[in-house]
Amino acid sequence: MSATTETIEQLIDHGYVAGFVTNIDAETFEPGLDEDVIRRISLIKREPEWMTQLRIQAYQDWLNMVPPDWAHLKIPAIDFQTISYYSAPKKKGDGPKSLDEIDPEILDTYNKLGIPLEEQKALAGIAVDAVFDSVSVATTFREKLSEAGVIFCSMSEALQEHPDLVRKYFASVVPHKDNFFAALNAAVFSDGTFVYIPPNVRCPMELSTYFRINESNTGQFERTLIIADEGSYVSYLEGCTAPQRDENQLHAAVVELVALGDATIKYSTVQNWYPGDEQGRGGIYNFVTKRGDCRGDRAHISWTQVETGSAITWKYPSCILRGNDSVGEFYSVAVTKGLQQADTGTKMIHMGRNTRSTVVSKGISAGKAHNTYRGLVRIARRAEHARNHTQCDSLLIGDRCGAHTYPYIEVKNPSADVEHEATTSKISEDQLFYCQQRGLDEEAAISMIVNGFCKEVLKELPMEFAVEARKLLNVTLEGAVG
Amino acid sequence: MLSIKDLHVSVEGKDILKGLNLEVKPGEVHAIMGPNGSGKSTMAHILAGRDGYELIKGSILYQDQDLFDLSVEERAQRGIFLAMQYPVELPGVNNMTFLKESMNSIRRVNGQDELDAVAFMKLVKEKAALVELPEKLLKRDVNSGFSGGEKKRNEILQMALLEPKLGILDETDSGLDIDALRVVANGVNALRSPQRSMIVVTHYQRLLDYIKPDVVHVLANGRIVRSGGHSLALELEEKGYGWILEEDAA
Repeated sequence: MSATTETIEQLIDHGYVAGFVTNIDAETFEPGLDEDVIRRISLIKREPEWMTQLRIQAYQDWLNMVPPDWAHLKIPAIDFQTISYYSAPKKKGDGPKSLDEIDPEILDTYNKLGIPLEEQKALAGIAVDAVFDSVSVATTFREKLSEAGVIFCSMSEALQEHPDLVRKYFASVVPHKDNFFAALNAAVFSDGTFVYIPPNVRCPMELSTYFRINESNTGQFERTLIIADEGSYVSYLEGCTAPQRDENQLHAAVVELVALGDATIKYSTVQNWYPGDEQGRGGIYNFVTKRGDCRGDRAHISWTQVETGSAITWKYPSCILRGNDSVGEFYSVAVTKGLQQADTGTKMIHMGRNTRSTVVSKGISAGKAHNTYRGLVRIARRAEHARNHTQCDSLLIGDRCGAHTYPYIEVKNPSADVEHEATTSKISEDQLFYCQQRGLDEEAAISMIVNGFCKEVLKELPMEFAVEARKLLNVTLEGAVG
Repeated sequence: MLSIKDLHVSVEGKDILKGLNLEVKPGEVHAIMGPNGSGKSTMAHILAGRDGYELIKGSILYQDQDLFDLSVEERAQRGIFLAMQYPVELPGVNNMTFLKESMNSIRRVNGQDELDAVAFMKLVKEKAALVELPEKLLKRDVNSGFSGGEKKRNEILQMALLEPKLGILDETDSGLDIDALRVVANGVNALRSPQRSMIVVTHYQRLLDYIKPDVVHVLANGRIVRSGGHSLALELEEKGYGWILEEDAA
């Protein structure tokens, strides 16, 4: 393809700048799923027997489960036998990973995405775990972090080096029977990130994982486990992109957070998987189970997500507020355009006394897209004086898109205080005219109005991410009007 | 500056402007008065480029250029400013940010350097003092929760910052008490210059006590039926519009 054609095609494609493919040698399994595939994954990873057994059990249970159909989504049937469940770049050596051993093409990929893996070039104060297809290819700043006692490594390494910690917490927040996709993930997960913050340690850097799907016909099934021990603090960021391809690709991840007494976990996501083209061809199916457990008193878990990509998004980052006085938060911006569909929200399960939760959800729909907020607030019988405030706003751009809100509220304790506010608005012609009359072009005007609409959520993101998220909102909505 | 010739405009099949003529020279302030539904706001909207109006015939030249060739933002970038009758609210958009973006987008197009934060801050405080807009409103979202008077002052503040070549005030005086009226008028008067023209659309003569226009026009039945000096406005105040409409019909 000539340089010019490539440039034009990039322009036409709504500026999905992460849509390139990296040419590398990869070891990729033949498509298909059976017990043998699972045993092979487990073998490659030299996993302990208990993990292999857990995978097999999850697989057996998965065979008897059906995909959820309650979401406001049109999900084409997925043939799980056409997906490859493992793909890893071929390594030069077999020894411990260092940057010298990573294929330069991969380093270049991350550079292009703005995530340099060389520590001297990295953003100040952010450590990165880079997951490429099925495996973690590099984790930066590990030594600096280990000085503070923080464990930050891939899940595969954690299974080798910290098997007891993994065994204690793995699948303790999201059991494999939780749902269809969680079961599939438990059976076939190939890598992911493991974080442990020791008691009373404030993690000295932001931790982040950058997920990249590259191979075609593969799915990405990663597993993240973050444990914040008593009195500790960690802020974790997650980013994701994938090449433009005509076929749909499956991303079914599981994220588990455990916050012990007085610990705080702040988890931020900027999700920019390939959304598919204007005709709805291609794009990632993003079926993710994320859940945090405030296991001790005064624990605090905060989810912030900016969801702009994926053909279909199905995710509900949730908090189990088990400890007394624990706090759960969910801040979300979900943008859908073209033929994208998103069904996203949260669950706040109040079990302890004086537990508090806040939900702020901002849905933006453009084109023919559908955007759904689905949330559950449950106050258990013993949760005295629990409080929740939910605010759920939808913004429509154009007249062919849809916004839907499904709040579920279950209160079993009369001392609870639960509030739900919802609004739906359109970017009005009056607003556009007003901005344009002040010299702003239409896109600048929309970007300003949309950023204003999302302000409450964006301010929850760490600064570098907030800048990135704003840029992404602008690019995503380019050409959304008309 | 501005030359409107035989302008015919309809909205949803209904004729609103029926042969409007208007000449505005640099430095002049023209007042447009007239009864409800005579087409005053339509004229203001047409000049700014608002959608939803159908041009039947006629022409508008602005600085010797066909105005209909320019988009809304191009008109703004070339110096047309409309102070709106109903300024819209932009929730979540900081007023200061909005003013800065607006100003810089106009400066960029005109080949001027963007103002940095410090220079902008100094300028905006100076202009806010001119229209007696409390500084705390600069930190709020654009027009959100502003009173009617505050919204109008915010409009004049924008005009003062953007320094347009042609300022159009669409019933800026509606809903203002006498103090707010005086503040708005002072803001407008401070902007008068030999290079800047203004069109002040109003129902009432009282604004014209403060802004002494060079010419007063009466717009009725979609045309300008009478033009005169400030004394015409005083005569209208006393006698209403009926006599002009009768003379026009005769």
